[in-house]
Amino acid sequence: MELICPAGTPAALRVAVDAGADAVYCGFNDETNARNFPGLNFSRAEMRESIAYAHTHGAQVLVAVNTFPRAGAVALWERAVDDAVAAGADALIVADIGLLAYAAAAHPGQRLHLSVQAAAANPDAIRFYREAFGIRRVVLPRVLAVHEIAAIARSVPCETEVFVFGGLCVMEEGRCSLSSYATGRSPNMHGVCSPASHVGYRDEGGRMVSRLGNFTINRFDPGEPAAYPTLCKGRFRAGDSSFYLFEDPVSLDAAALLPALRDAGVTALKIEGRQRGRAYIEAVVRAFRRTLDALDAGQPTPPGGLQALTEGQTSTEGAYRKGWR
Amino acid sequence: MAGNGTNRNNAAIPVVPRPIAAAVGVLPLAPIGSALGLVLGAVLRRHRRIFDRLGAHAGKRFGLRPTDVPIALVLHADPTRPRITVGRRLPAHGLHARIAGPLAGLAGLVDGRLDGDAMFFSRALSVEGDIEAVVALRNAIDDAGIDLLGDAASLLGPFARPAERMARTAFAFAGVFIQPTGGAARSGPWN
Repeated sequence: MELICPAGTPAALRVAVDAGADAVYCGFNDETNARNFPGLNFSRAEMRESIAYAHTHGAQVLVAVNTFPRAGAVALWERAVDDAVAAGADALIVADIGLLAYAAAAHPGQRLHLSVQAAAANPDAIRFYREAFGIRRVVLPRVLAVHEIAAIARSVPCETEVFVFGGLCVMEEGRCSLSSYATGRSPNMHGVCSPASHVGYRDEGGRMVSRLGNFTINRFDPGEPAAYPTLCKGRFRAGDSSFYLFEDPVSLDAAALLPALRDAGVTALKIEGRQRGRAYIEAVVRAFRRTLDALDAGQPTPPGGLQALTEGQTSTEGAYRKGWR
Repeated sequence: MAGNGTNRNNAAIPVVPRPIAAAVGVLPLAPIGSALGLVLGAVLRRHRRIFDRLGAHAGKRFGLRPTDVPIALVLHADPTRPRITVGRRLPAHGLHARIAGPLAGLAGLVDGRLDGDAMFFSRALSVEGDIEAVVALRNAIDDAGIDLLGDAASLLGPFARPAERMARTAFAFAGVFIQPTGGAARSGPWN
């Protein structure tokens, strides 16, 4: 299985490559990708230089152009596709049907991957993208159990990629409007969920209060592990109890499931975290590289030791072992 | 300041021993400020693209407060005249954002040895104010590949390498583990 690793900056890309990534995914510094954070991402020149670095070191670069173009501004997204191809991208990660059609027509030889933002979670949908646009790989939404992934992998005419580590989304990927509701900006259209411009933290008698827009998202007791202030991970209070309604503030860690994912026919394993620092990327990529190498050699897989890097200092296997539905 | 934790999750980040912190508390601030100004200049001469990544946030004023040493720094990220000032506490007004954590944690962020999100999750790091500016600063610094002591030692010309070795030993003794960029993350406390 291939190891697909995140990079938010050229320095992070080099770290990911050096730590053992088979491929690195990244995006331009604008709203055409789903991690449009301040100070993050790649200029055109940086993209060209970074792709050259990766290729020199035997790694591939997948360029995410995976937000949904706004009416009247489609040229920005088409230019991102053109520039990524010109920079030598090994594949484009795209979600929008119109942009897929453009990429397939304008660059017929270019390898296309269907972004997780497209939320294609069944064989019929995936076959449509394959037949209509020639996608070579689908990044599966984080809503599927391992046996469902196996069923999909068996019946679709393209490769499958699944997330194995990092932040989790509420189970409406590509369709979630919570951030848009709270801030007017969304991951789907602007490339940013719960934008930092709308985030606030303050101390309230020793407790940390996190806010997003006009909403209080959480109150953390002294010493209690904290989380991003996204609405999906807000803590609600009813009566005398408080609880997480949509999603707990935890990170995905599917390291223990790699043998099952391999047996399910998965082609590639994806690490989330383009917004994270080099230290995170190096630690996580090295840990999964070690685990994959051990798996390939038929040896016991070493413990990852990544708990301290997780949101809320807690991890989950998420829907891969879901006990609902 | 929000998230100013002192909990079990902070155990991985070394804290400056109290006798050393107390000694810093009686040192005159003026020479510390002058030295830090020189270091800032050396860092920014080597890493000009920091300002490119700061974008619209260049020119903002960031308050940096080590939680284990009785000093506070104000970084004015002005591309034309960047400067850093030192005081015993952060000013009440005039800052766009405030960042607080153990000195070794703050140094680890500058060197790219520690992950800022992980520090925030563990409550070792707290931020307040213009969070977008803080995120931009973090990303700009993380991409720059700053080697804090190496950049500072470069000011000493032919004496740079022995001075860097001595400084690393001294900081390690003080509990502030500053390592060269690149291999540092492999042995960082978060791994």
